[in-house]
Amino acid sequence: MVPTIVVEVMPKAELLDPAGKAVAGALARRGDTVFSAVRIGKRFELTVDGEVTEAVLAEAQKLADELLSNGVIEDVVRVYVEETATA
Amino acid sequence: MKIGVVTFPGSLDDRDAQRAARLAGAEPVALWHGSHDLEGVDAIVLPGGFSYGDYLRCGAIAAQSPIMTEVVAAANAGMPVLGICNGFQILVEAHLLPGGLIRNDHGDFICRDQRLRVENASTAWTTGFEVGQEITVPLKNGEGGFIVDAETLKRIEGEGQVAFRYLDVNPNGSLDDIAGLTNERGNVVGLMPHPEHATEPGFGPDTAAAMRSGTDGLTFFTSVLRHTLAAA
Repeated sequence: MVPTIVVEVMPKAELLDPAGKAVAGALARRGDTVFSAVRIGKRFELTVDGEVTEAVLAEAQKLADELLSNGVIEDVVRVYVEETATA
Repeated sequence: MKIGVVTFPGSLDDRDAQRAARLAGAEPVALWHGSHDLEGVDAIVLPGGFSYGDYLRCGAIAAQSPIMTEVVAAANAGMPVLGICNGFQILVEAHLLPGGLIRNDHGDFICRDQRLRVENASTAWTTGFEVGQEITVPLKNGEGGFIVDAETLKRIEGEGQVAFRYLDVNPNGSLDDIAGLTNERGNVVGLMPHPEHATEPGFGPDTAAAMRSGTDGLTFFTSVLRHTLAAA
């Protein structure tokens, strides 16, 4: 089991998301009426070499705020640990 | 006078910016993103392109380059810095200018000769213009929509930090038709349109006088030349 920290970033709610809008347009063309909107964000998977301590998690949060997202246009939605099984 | 032009992985218009510097009468100096050496230049251009393939966010990874440590320090010490297109995005990501640039509101890449109004003619790069002067330079981008929070927008509008505004049409959904900004000190300027592509007759935008004769962009480079010589 390799510990992975997941960072999720979304464009700010009040901003236009042209990429999501384009996908929503494709849904409409497929005749899909269940989903009224689509917004596209980003998921980062940070592989941790060792144990995920409070300090490592804090470092990930800092990285999420300072580099992985731009606070002017995006929000960090979640930072959490995920145990993934890899070969 | 030496104008440094930084080449990042994925820069496209670095040689055009060097040519513009030469046409204005300055000596262009090629600077490298991986270096900490500004090689004694008097001003710096961050050119257009798609540094790091626009991965993460436009300009975000380039803003972390070794040379950017020196560019930020030099800018904070008053050195003139011009960011064009991707260079503007790098300046924003490096926090030398406020706000952010997002995908054009209509979703399309746009390439056109764009009319602009000069809003601030007292920056290091715009003293050769008059306030209110209308100029035409090429514009080509997919993520040129300028946004900023309401409070900062009020401040930059109030303090004359809007350097250029789009005329005729807003090509990308930028707030207040903002095409370019300057910092409080007036030494750092960033804009989405490309002045370096309007510097030589025969290779610029069309004008009423003749095809491709537009050279409005040359004034950016002659302005910084005069600014630097005056300070010397």
